[in-house]
Amino acid sequence: MRAFRAQARTEVLMTLRNGEALLLALGIPVLLLVFFSTVEVLPTPAEVVEPVDFLAPGILALAIMSTGLTSLAIATGFQRGYGVLKRLGTTPLSRPGLLAAKIASVLAVELVQVAVLVPVAVALGWRPSGAVGAALGAVLLGTVAFSGLGLLMAGALKPELTLALANGLYLVLLLLGGMVVPLTSLPGPLRAVAQALPAAALSDALRASIGIGTAVPTRAWIVLALWALATPLAAARTFRWE
Amino acid sequence: MAALVVDQLVVRYGQLTAVDRISLAAEAGTVLALLGPNGAGKTTTVESLEGYRRPTAGTVRVLGLDPVSDRAKVVPRIGVMLQRGGVYPTMPAGSVLRLFASYYADPLPPDHLLDRLDLGRVAGTPWRRLSGGEQQRLSLALALVGRPEVAFLDEPSAGMDPAARRVLWEVIRELRDDGVAVLLTTHDLDEAERLADHVVIIDGGRVVAEGSPAVLARSGGGAEIRFGGPTGLDMAAIGRAVGGAVVEERPGEYLVAAPATPANLARLTTWLAEQDVAVADIRAGRQRLEDVFLRLTGQPSAAEADRAPRSERRGRRRRGRGPGGTA
Repeated sequence: MRAFRAQARTEVLMTLRNGEALLLALGIPVLLLVFFSTVEVLPTPAEVVEPVDFLAPGILALAIMSTGLTSLAIATGFQRGYGVLKRLGTTPLSRPGLLAAKIASVLAVELVQVAVLVPVAVALGWRPSGAVGAALGAVLLGTVAFSGLGLLMAGALKPELTLALANGLYLVLLLLGGMVVPLTSLPGPLRAVAQALPAAALSDALRASIGIGTAVPTRAWIVLALWALATPLAAARTFRWE
Repeated sequence: MAALVVDQLVVRYGQLTAVDRISLAAEAGTVLALLGPNGAGKTTTVESLEGYRRPTAGTVRVLGLDPVSDRAKVVPRIGVMLQRGGVYPTMPAGSVLRLFASYYADPLPPDHLLDRLDLGRVAGTPWRRLSGGEQQRLSLALALVGRPEVAFLDEPSAGMDPAARRVLWEVIRELRDDGVAVLLTTHDLDEAERLADHVVIIDGGRVVAEGSPAVLARSGGGAEIRFGGPTGLDMAAIGRAVGGAVVEERPGEYLVAAPATPANLARLTTWLAEQDVAVADIRAGRQRLEDVFLRLTGQPSAAEADRAPRSERRGRRRRGRGPGGTA
């Protein structure tokens, strides 16, 4: 337990002290939220009055993705490249222990992100609605799905390739994830692809639960659950520690 | 019960046989040095003991346990120093050591260990800004912080300056005196000679010789005298005086092919005295571990590698298997 706590604390501190990780976790989401809420250049769906009402849940989904997918993939990829994971293999910190510490660290960073982003969104005029339970469920599923995807890359590819791919994927999922650009603005075939991805499912779920205040679409739950099941399994099967 | 046992270990990577029926053992409170040229199978053997590799055949036991299937029971009782890296580059030395200390039930106080290894000054310095020798000492600290019963040190003195090396040697002797079994791989034969209770020389994945440093040094027989002096001595003249062929093996290092008898030594020293030659050293009969290693593996150790041209090394390779080989 002491080992788990110390490891989780180390993982959190390394993320929060790392300039690039901090930019990804907080800088970019805050920037996007403030910019597109105040400069009305993006299309917003007809039922949305203020841009921030559309953006806030999407940006929260982006924040979850940046931590679960991009930050975790890059950090773990380099730990593997530097031989840190190999070195830990002969300490009493077990592999499940290391994984638990990483999950705890991702959740802790997400808490920090929510604590920063929600007040900013509220200051911009966002009025969140009440379905917090559904939102938490979606965030947990999304975190598992993205973390699995991040570990899948980190455990199989060279760290430099993981870095490039994680950043590339971040951009693609940002654009196709219904986070700043509504899915309804995408051309039909692209929209179909986007709807099958975990990013759009998470932003849809958050927008329904704490944005508009309606039931989360069943399709979003199914997509999130499938990704949350598939990516950790794939990562567990392919992860190489050295 | 021996603290570590390797019995007929075979490790294959695809077609390549990295380790071919190696056996060795070490008791608690002893230092075992594993020597061999690069690619001999040293690291593969050590990593099998550490649980990183599954043997293709044969068995390895650490404290009586299988390091792969009993991993959870083995790791709290061993300390591992890897050859390179293994540390978060941006993390300060002191933080890394405290983190590793938290993995163990009863760790050594990290600050004491930092001071002992002369790392107190750099406790706040990130790993990547440490010098090579400081990184090695921190790696050693990480291996020792959990009070291991078995310590695996893979080339611990690489990149250390002489002062750091002396600290390392003191620490290894203290470990041995505390009853720790130490498995050491090294390129530094002087280090092996000073520290090891038992030396195993491997080459091409097999044991080619083993024994205490003193026994190994005697194993070459006594039919030669070596001395060091100025370069360019008149070897023909020395040969006539002593009664055996003389070669200058390396600049300033001479080998006289004559039995190391008192009479031959007297003839040699008389000639040297007449010529007023400044002698660096004379070794009769007993070889240094360096000489044994060279003869058995056909490879100069790291210290010599810079001097010997590659073609020469290759030419000497595999000349004769030494005594004590189990292959």
